[in-house]
Amino acid sequence: MKTTLIRGGRVIDPASGRDEIADVLLEGPRIARVGRVTRKADQVIEAEGLIVAPGLIDMHVHLREPGKQEEETIASGSAAAIAGGFTTVACMPNTEPAVDNQASAEFVFLQAERAALANIYPIGAITQGRGGKVLSEIGQLSRAGAVAFSDDGDCVANSNLMRQALEYAKMFDKPIIDHCEDLNLSLDGVMHEGYYSMTLGLPGIPAASEEVMVARDLTLAEMTAGYLHVAHVSTKGSVALIREAKARGVSVTCEVTAHHFALTDECVTSFDPCYKMNPPLRSAADVQALKEALADGTIDCIVSDHAPHASEEKEVEFSYAPFGVIGMESLLPVVVTALIAPGVLTWPQAIAKMTVNPARVLRLAKGTLSVGADADVTLIDPDASWTIDVTKFRSKSRNCPFAGWKVKGRPTTVLVAGEIKTS
Amino acid sequence: MAKRAIAAAKEAPKPVWTRRHLLGLEELSSDELLAILDTAESFKEVSTRSIKKVPALQGKVVVLLFFEPSTRTATSFNLAAKRLSADVVSFSISASSVSKGETFNDTAKNIEAMGVDIVVVRHTAPGAALLLSRILEASVVNAGDGSHEHPTQGLLDIFTIREAKGHIAGLKVAIVGDILYSRVARSDIWGLKKLGAEVVVVGPATLIPPDIEKLGVEVSYDLDAVLPDVDVVNILRIQLERQGRSMFPSIREYAELFGINRERLARAKPDILVLHPGPMNRGVEITPEVADGSRSLILRQVTNGLAVRMAVLYLVSGGQPR
Repeated sequence: MKTTLIRGGRVIDPASGRDEIADVLLEGPRIARVGRVTRKADQVIEAEGLIVAPGLIDMHVHLREPGKQEEETIASGSAAAIAGGFTTVACMPNTEPAVDNQASAEFVFLQAERAALANIYPIGAITQGRGGKVLSEIGQLSRAGAVAFSDDGDCVANSNLMRQALEYAKMFDKPIIDHCEDLNLSLDGVMHEGYYSMTLGLPGIPAASEEVMVARDLTLAEMTAGYLHVAHVSTKGSVALIREAKARGVSVTCEVTAHHFALTDECVTSFDPCYKMNPPLRSAADVQALKEALADGTIDCIVSDHAPHASEEKEVEFSYAPFGVIGMESLLPVVVTALIAPGVLTWPQAIAKMTVNPARVLRLAKGTLSVGADADVTLIDPDASWTIDVTKFRSKSRNCPFAGWKVKGRPTTVLVAGEIKTS
Repeated sequence: MAKRAIAAAKEAPKPVWTRRHLLGLEELSSDELLAILDTAESFKEVSTRSIKKVPALQGKVVVLLFFEPSTRTATSFNLAAKRLSADVVSFSISASSVSKGETFNDTAKNIEAMGVDIVVVRHTAPGAALLLSRILEASVVNAGDGSHEHPTQGLLDIFTIREAKGHIAGLKVAIVGDILYSRVARSDIWGLKKLGAEVVVVGPATLIPPDIEKLGVEVSYDLDAVLPDVDVVNILRIQLERQGRSMFPSIREYAELFGINRERLARAKPDILVLHPGPMNRGVEITPEVADGSRSLILRQVTNGLAVRMAVLYLVSGGQPR
């Protein structure tokens, strides 16, 4: 079997609590040894000055295939994942048609295999056609490899259906990921409701729109003992509710996107549609609360919510632009710049939220560098200073709110199953 | 000689007006606001002449790019541009043509390619004027962008108040009605506050946007309590249905709580000024006897709108304040 030695890097493996200068030996698709390695390998990667982390996992992306291949494909999304340092991503089912049956989940694996870059796992739709009426075949989807269930893009508005989803998915040990939003409160909103929506005259989406559904879902998760994962939390109230629920033992995890902790609703004063997403950029007080929740562990995972849009659709009046921004290729440097550099999170804490934590949410035996684990590894230069240039992105789309940001930290080499995938 | 000229240029005070666009009143200084008002005053005189025309914009092309239906604002800009001797082209586009595929940017660039100096834009989307100013070489004047700003309406309101009262500082102005969706309210608030007026917004709680106190305005839900204290009341047009939401129970209840009628006005200061940006819903937010009464400046606002828009077109095309 082919062997690869990653020599002399700072090995950070939150799953085992390791943070030390060490060598990592890969043997075929598995990790063979971590520590001091003296034996010869077929290939040696010098990692001095670099961080050697488990392959990063982004558990919330939209890859648009099938249906909108002009915006992204599973192949281009895989390339963007590798460029961003991610060895594994989980893609949301809001494609056309939706991933709501066994065949469509298998199609995702097939296309990922053809791309042969990153591990791509489908998330199945909770309801058939994401229609919010009838449960999808959650059992068959699970058998086909779906790692979670979500109608992301939409909330499961019907509380009874949400209850049933939580109960039913329990049989397969799968999390239900809810996009928490009360559409009656969001209505025609296009940005956070607050001072800036008032001065700009743009319809607001109140924080309560998210919080009432988080509260409902927590109540249902408690009642059913199902497993809830709250997608893209964005408000102070949401993290307070989740913190409280975790303290009383509710089986809940949650995630935050880079744009929600790094940007505020003030960005919208530029009327640039690259600041339009759902949930919207929130107030400075919300951002502060998200950072506290990241630090105290209330927020388990950091994700991109990578949502590609064609320029002709996105580059229009703010009011008419679709929601969503891309982020796989900017996520890691934004985490370094906005969380690690200012001391909100340590390197091991940040890496945990992009490796072992999402792996645990999705029940994947990944996200660790322990012996015998999959040889998915991301090497990071923590000191690299660079400017985010969206024209260099591997994604097919360009709608990134971090374009032009001066950042620190960059993935240098990415290995999946022992193979170098970076060019 | 040349040296002295350079030195003199260096010492010359920075001109008050240097903007190529008028996008909103939020970004203007009080000096800039006064420059527009003073210039408008000198242009108002033109309208009293038998030949109502000056050559200030001769050879320039003004396009009225209206993505939202408008009669009075479009007509006012049209006439203002013509009085400045500009060539005027009107371009009205219904929202439906947007769905036919051409983007706002493409439409604007196509029109500019015909050689345009000033684009006056009305649009349903907030920020549309700012967007245009970024992509076009031409000057851009915002004639209303969604619920964001309507700077020339704000200016003509302030011009009309100043003309009647002689000053703005120290006055108390009530803006009554749909504050949430009103671009007029926002432009009025920015302009009036910068010039030293006090502003109180009055309306149903469902139509008062959150955080508006941060603009330094007072909020009230009680028109009768406010009316005796104010020098000016600006009454906004009301709509029961706004973007699919019912904002208050009925027109009848609204008129009872917030409509301006003769009885209410009788408890106000005798020299109160009544403004309305139009078009009015007679019998809803304003009764006919108030609209046509002695305290009403509603038609004067329309007349002044012309002078204000002449001033704005003149200044954004490089003219210096008069």
